[in-house]
Amino acid sequence: VTVRSLPALAADSRPSRRRRWSSSLAGWGYAAPVAAFVLIFFVVPIGIVARMSASDWKLFTGDRGWNSGKNFQSALDDRLLWPAVWFTVKYTVVTTVILLALALGLALLVQESSRWTGFLRTSFLIPSALGLASASLLFYALYSPQSSPLLGFTDKPISFLGTPVSALWSTVVLIVWRYAGFYMLLLLVGLQSISGDVYEAARLDGAGRWQTFHRITLPLLRPSLALSTILCVTGSLLAFDQFYILTKGGPDNSTITIVQLVYNSAFQGRNDLGRAAALSILVLGALLIINLVQFRGLRGKED
Amino acid sequence: VRLDISDNLRRAIAGIAVATMTVTGLAACGGSDDKGSTAPPAAAGVDGVDDGSQLTLWTRAPLELQAKALVDAYNGSHKNQVKLTIVPNDDYVSKVGAAAGSGDLPDLFAADIVYVPNWAKSGLFADLTDSIAKLPHADKINQAHLAAGTYDNKKYVLPFVLDLSVMFWNKDLYKAAGLDPEKGPTTLQEFKDQALAVQKLKKPGVYGTFFGGNCGGCNVFTWFPMVWASGEDVMNPEGTKSLLDGTAAKQVYSTWHDLQAAGAIAPGAKDETGATWVAAFQQGKIGVMPYPATLLPTADKTVKVGVAPIPGVNGGGSTFVGGDGIGVSKDSKKSQQAWNFLAWLMSEKAQVDVLAKNNTSVARSDLATNTYSAKDPRVALINEVAGRPDSKTPVAINFQQAFNAPGSPWVSLFRDQVYGNGSSLQKDNEAITQVLGQ
Repeated sequence: VTVRSLPALAADSRPSRRRRWSSSLAGWGYAAPVAAFVLIFFVVPIGIVARMSASDWKLFTGDRGWNSGKNFQSALDDRLLWPAVWFTVKYTVVTTVILLALALGLALLVQESSRWTGFLRTSFLIPSALGLASASLLFYALYSPQSSPLLGFTDKPISFLGTPVSALWSTVVLIVWRYAGFYMLLLLVGLQSISGDVYEAARLDGAGRWQTFHRITLPLLRPSLALSTILCVTGSLLAFDQFYILTKGGPDNSTITIVQLVYNSAFQGRNDLGRAAALSILVLGALLIINLVQFRGLRGKED
Repeated sequence: VRLDISDNLRRAIAGIAVATMTVTGLAACGGSDDKGSTAPPAAAGVDGVDDGSQLTLWTRAPLELQAKALVDAYNGSHKNQVKLTIVPNDDYVSKVGAAAGSGDLPDLFAADIVYVPNWAKSGLFADLTDSIAKLPHADKINQAHLAAGTYDNKKYVLPFVLDLSVMFWNKDLYKAAGLDPEKGPTTLQEFKDQALAVQKLKKPGVYGTFFGGNCGGCNVFTWFPMVWASGEDVMNPEGTKSLLDGTAAKQVYSTWHDLQAAGAIAPGAKDETGATWVAAFQQGKIGVMPYPATLLPTADKTVKVGVAPIPGVNGGGSTFVGGDGIGVSKDSKKSQQAWNFLAWLMSEKAQVDVLAKNNTSVARSDLATNTYSAKDPRVALINEVAGRPDSKTPVAINFQQAFNAPGSPWVSLFRDQVYGNGSSLQKDNEAITQVLGQ
């Protein structure tokens, strides 16, 4: 910053201030539509949910005034809350690890162009074009002992959704099938952006396959991996559709996720919007913290 | 309480819709409490007003067939015109809830009869006590439905469509198993023996019986009558205490436990959430099972069906008087016109010429024998069972949460009884009581 005499400042400030003013106005103009969307579709609903969470607000009777944190107390006292938290975390870890490992493998497989690349890429990606609900219905039919085409291969029907463990893994299979192609695509973009020169240099230095992967590919792929991890963790923590359709939280309440708990509070039995909103706020808070930690951890050495 | 196969797709779509609406849609609830300036329906006399008004009616998807037939018949013979809206089953509670909060309920709406006490308590319906009293056949209207729609001595609801549970058996399989194809089970023991006999055929894909092993609503609908027929009850009259640890209830559980142990329950029962619990019988793969009576015409297409009341431990016969009740909403500004529809609904024209003609049970005991039931003794039997003293609609404010909701304590109870060692009956029953008493 240079120090100037006052008259000089006054002399040249008028046109530039006007220019600055008009350009900042234009800036606000550009930002306004997005700001309005964020305000209407994010800030306002969250404000309403926050108010709901602190109110006696039943589905049928509407707002009946503040009830000083009773909703949070009731949400935390739910006998299914901690099992649901534990299950959601377990499901998230299992899904994220399997999905990302598989997606990376697929991306490496189809990265180099060969005769089959186009065909392989397409076939891996096609499940992503199917809505999650449709995919869940498809697997519901696959798993159902009444309609499963897998019945022909075994004497006794396999119970895909009958035990807690099998229900979890059956759902994981569905999710991996549905999303592997999508994450493959994300990682493929990252892979393609790594310059060929780096690989060539590594080869000239006599690096083996494993060394190249470990020392070159993984570090340079870090931003893409970070993005995929954050998307996958957030998506899995908010899992709902697949369990709602396949298991309804069963067998024996073993596959209830947090969001299902929110839904059940609001529409299945309690019909208590205040309590559901309180749970939503808790989930939102937890997600904020988890994402902050992830950003910190994954940004890592880049800075 | 009951869920069709056809719900399969609807529930999926509804699930997604509701899931995405959970955050945004919540914002839409609440708001104004303005109640329409309605004239009391009774003031317009027993038939209400037919002056060419537009009325709106909501019902849930499983009753689409009957609702359409009723509305078409009414619109064809009245100046008033009813506009029908069918809502997906799983979406119905949230849709009604949102409308109730914003004062936008339709003039008329139907509700699963087990939810009616809760909705009446929440003040969603207009008081119809005086109007119902004036109906010429008031004492013949199905008492179970009327009782469920009564709160604080005020009547809010009339029966819209009855859905009853009865014992169905496959006559061909009975013949093959050496049983009398014209005689169904009259006691729980006979039910078990006959299911085991069909199982002994060892036909590939054919099993003795089936039930919705992960579906609270299905087993409320099919097992409660077994307790009632044995002369016991499932709850105290106030609906605040569970009696599902009684002698008869224990007998019901052990019957199913034994069938499971003998391998006579078709696989798939354990993870059946209700979407397809009626399918296996329709495919001719099940010997005998308690079943929704409204599906008799459908099942008849593929299977030779025998029908009997649901038996108790030592005989008797009962049914779960389910289905939907219908009332005038708190928000209706045309309650006298809406009452005109309800008064007509209780008439012989609606009950016999529309409902009975569509193979649905009539809601008036004096019409149980009619031209249509005369053609099929099974239909006459179903109508007759509906009026028996042991046939009931259980009434509890927190019914949905205690029994129907996924993961309800009732689901935990019967799963432990059938698939577990049955040791936690006291604890599970206590958990139901706790929810009921909230």
